[in-house]
Amino acid sequence: MKITVNGRSHDVDVPAEMPLLWVLRDELQITGVKYGCGIAQCGACTVHVDGEAVRSCQIAIGDLEGDVTTIEGLGTPDALHMVQEAWIEHQVAQCGYCQSGQMMQAASLLSDNPTPSDEDIDGAMSGNLCRCGTYPRIRAAIKSAAAKLEG
Amino acid sequence: MGKARTIARRSFLVGSVALAGGVAFGTYVVRKPHDNPLADQLANGEATFNPWVLVSSEAVTLIVPHADTGQGVASMQAALIAEELDIEFGQFQISFGQPSAAYYNTAMASEAVPFMSTDKSFAAETMRSVMGAAIKVLGAQVTGGSSSTPDSFDKLRAAGASARETLKLAASQKSGVPVSELNTSNGAVQLPDGSELTYTTLAADAAKLEPVTDVPLRDPSRWRLVGQDMKRLDVVAKSTGTMDYGIDMYLDGMLNGTVRMNPRKGAPLNGYDATAAEAMKGVRKVLPITNGVAVLADNTWTAFQAADAIDYDWAPAAYPAEQDAHWDEIAASFVDDRLDSEWRNDGHVDVALEGAETLEMEYRAPYVAHQPMEPISAVAQVTDDRVDVWATHQMPRFAVDKIAAITGHNPAQIYFHNQYGGGSFGHRLEFENITATVEAANQMRGTPIKIIFSREEDFAQDFTRQIGMSRSKGAVKDGKVIAHDLQIATVSSSRSQMGRLGQSLPGPDSQIVAGAWEQPYAIPNFRVRAYAVPELAPTSSWRSVGASSGGFFSDCALDELIHAAGADPLEERLRLMNHDVSRKVLETVGEMSNWGGALGPNRGRGVAFVLSFGVPVAEVVEVTNSDSGIKIDKVWVAADVGRVVDPINFDNLMKGGVIWGLGHAINSEITYSDGMAEQSNFYTHEGMRLNQCPEIFVKGLENGSAVKGIGEPPVPPAAPALANAIFAATGQRIREMPFNKHIDFV
Repeated sequence: MKITVNGRSHDVDVPAEMPLLWVLRDELQITGVKYGCGIAQCGACTVHVDGEAVRSCQIAIGDLEGDVTTIEGLGTPDALHMVQEAWIEHQVAQCGYCQSGQMMQAASLLSDNPTPSDEDIDGAMSGNLCRCGTYPRIRAAIKSAAAKLEG
Repeated sequence: MGKARTIARRSFLVGSVALAGGVAFGTYVVRKPHDNPLADQLANGEATFNPWVLVSSEAVTLIVPHADTGQGVASMQAALIAEELDIEFGQFQISFGQPSAAYYNTAMASEAVPFMSTDKSFAAETMRSVMGAAIKVLGAQVTGGSSSTPDSFDKLRAAGASARETLKLAASQKSGVPVSELNTSNGAVQLPDGSELTYTTLAADAAKLEPVTDVPLRDPSRWRLVGQDMKRLDVVAKSTGTMDYGIDMYLDGMLNGTVRMNPRKGAPLNGYDATAAEAMKGVRKVLPITNGVAVLADNTWTAFQAADAIDYDWAPAAYPAEQDAHWDEIAASFVDDRLDSEWRNDGHVDVALEGAETLEMEYRAPYVAHQPMEPISAVAQVTDDRVDVWATHQMPRFAVDKIAAITGHNPAQIYFHNQYGGGSFGHRLEFENITATVEAANQMRGTPIKIIFSREEDFAQDFTRQIGMSRSKGAVKDGKVIAHDLQIATVSSSRSQMGRLGQSLPGPDSQIVAGAWEQPYAIPNFRVRAYAVPELAPTSSWRSVGASSGGFFSDCALDELIHAAGADPLEERLRLMNHDVSRKVLETVGEMSNWGGALGPNRGRGVAFVLSFGVPVAEVVEVTNSDSGIKIDKVWVAADVGRVVDPINFDNLMKGGVIWGLGHAINSEITYSDGMAEQSNFYTHEGMRLNQCPEIFVKGLENGSAVKGIGEPPVPPAAPALANAIFAATGQRIREMPFNKHIDFV
């Protein structure tokens, strides 16, 4: 099977029902994407497929249609995406384990809706669990990134 | 002072000696410093001055031995060393170091002694010193109890100062310029002629010197880092997916696996049939481990599938199978022979209550799970002459002992590589992920093994918070609270935890009444008694430990009494308070929240105050009783930690603590049926999500005399402040967590 991740094509030899999450992590060693719950309850495994935020634990590799972007493809320490810039500016992370998924979800929200209201943020982000309680900073960072988008 | 309390203290003193292995230790042993673990592995030309600083010709490395599970202690520790070492973030690297007795925790003692944290009497300080000596002799390297900052604050600045002065001495010998004419900044020694010698160029010379010690610490007016907003060392990695957690470790030839252990925690596996699992493509091995099996495969997903395909014959639980029986046992524990200790007895409670119109209340706090976002995992490789383990642990020396017991290696052959942890909240004080992984790896010597617990397995094996109840009887007179008789019965999470370490708790368990007995209130008649419920399901330390239930019990009961007296909740708490630092915290939160200002209809405001881990914290919660349920609008929180080391991290941890406290108070409990936790993933136990998160306003005060940590103290007042606000908005008293059993939330 061929999949494209962060612009690079990979051949993987795995069962068709294997979730994209585990193909990325265990077969390709792309570990910015995190396992949190396995049942779409936490959002730690969020990636983009053709730009749309999806839970990679719920996509069987055989059903995958489109190019995959993970946090590593969103931006890098040397070339940050504006969401990552905002996450650094607000020092959102505590343990940081959920934050890859949070940022992928936020980037998708902002690309659909560059001026989200509090309700829009609630709607888009409440499926992403953070057990450290960084929500006030997540909200502030999304607003900051949105303001930059507008500016 | 009551007789029971005196006896408790005496038995505690004897017990604390027992903790040190039954040997009374003399002054020499206590004063003797531990060996510097860095000295063992020093390369030629590398210098170390103490266990926290290593300088080579290439780099300055700061050792930060407190485990960073998200609370930011790696940056905090580095900042304290760098403050005196005159080196900037970006000019050094950090390492979590190897487990060592040299990293014993000097601050754990203050929570372990049966004295109020506000008590600075001779007896209290003596006991703290005895406990401190025991911890040092034991070499107890522990991250917990919000003690990392108090443990590090002086010690690590002193380590930085000692390294700096030794490097200056080396520069002096090299340049011929007297030390008194040398300065330091930016990781270098400055000479009067404007030239400089970087620390790395001085490493080889400094390595030959005896470290300069007893260097006076700088006056706070000269601090560059402490007290300023810091950029955490891990923030870029954690914002770009480039942070490697233990779960991300990859080694060539590694097998991925998982475990399945008896969901009736601690009970054995009688037998199993793995025929179907072993036949699955990609499955390499099914191995027996304590109370279960490990499944090793080409990838984690296959291992998860295979673990599901095994038939297990689990033994029954050693504790009651059904939840009701747990509650029945607790309710039956308010009896003399389960009295663990009487912690406080001011005035004459029985006399004050006799004939008075009394108010009686019963409160409940359930089991709750830890469930950090990174499920527990470990990577291990066992060979005949060494063991390497990569995982996150808050007590790495105990982990090494557990590993040695499995593999038979000498502890010196065991290399425990502590990792950044994706959360803990107390979960990484337990050992199952490490022992299970090492048991598997020991049967596959030479092959690196990674074990990841599925979220369901992590829930099933989680040693939860203590479960408990309180019974209060109180009286009011002339608009004032005059008596409170508070009885708390919980299982002992301390005994449960120490039992798994093969130790017994010396003396009574202070955690049963933490957040309750030591509150700085001068209620004229005030008694607090702890009842120990015999072990039910195993429990452990959960963020803020005993105070997470004790604070709820004591503050809500006080709030009920204040309302019965017809007094103002904030004013009456202030009137009763007899500790200045705490009073300022409470006054501050009143000002921040505009306490007393008018609120619209269907709205309510509640205040709570809990002193825990030596930190007074006050919170005000404002709610609206809407058509779709209670909405938490705003929270104001003030705390006094003596000194705020990093205002940004302080703010983040305060908010996180409030959210942790509120989320679990509203939404979460673990219940048992057929001996197994009924909650197996986040949809039944999630804490708080963003849509329920209120706006939170934070203030840190610095009036306290000692520097304290802030990881746990914001948790205990959150639940009572919310319960008190719901009462103000609705007239409904909620006396049981989780609150969503009794009222709907937006």
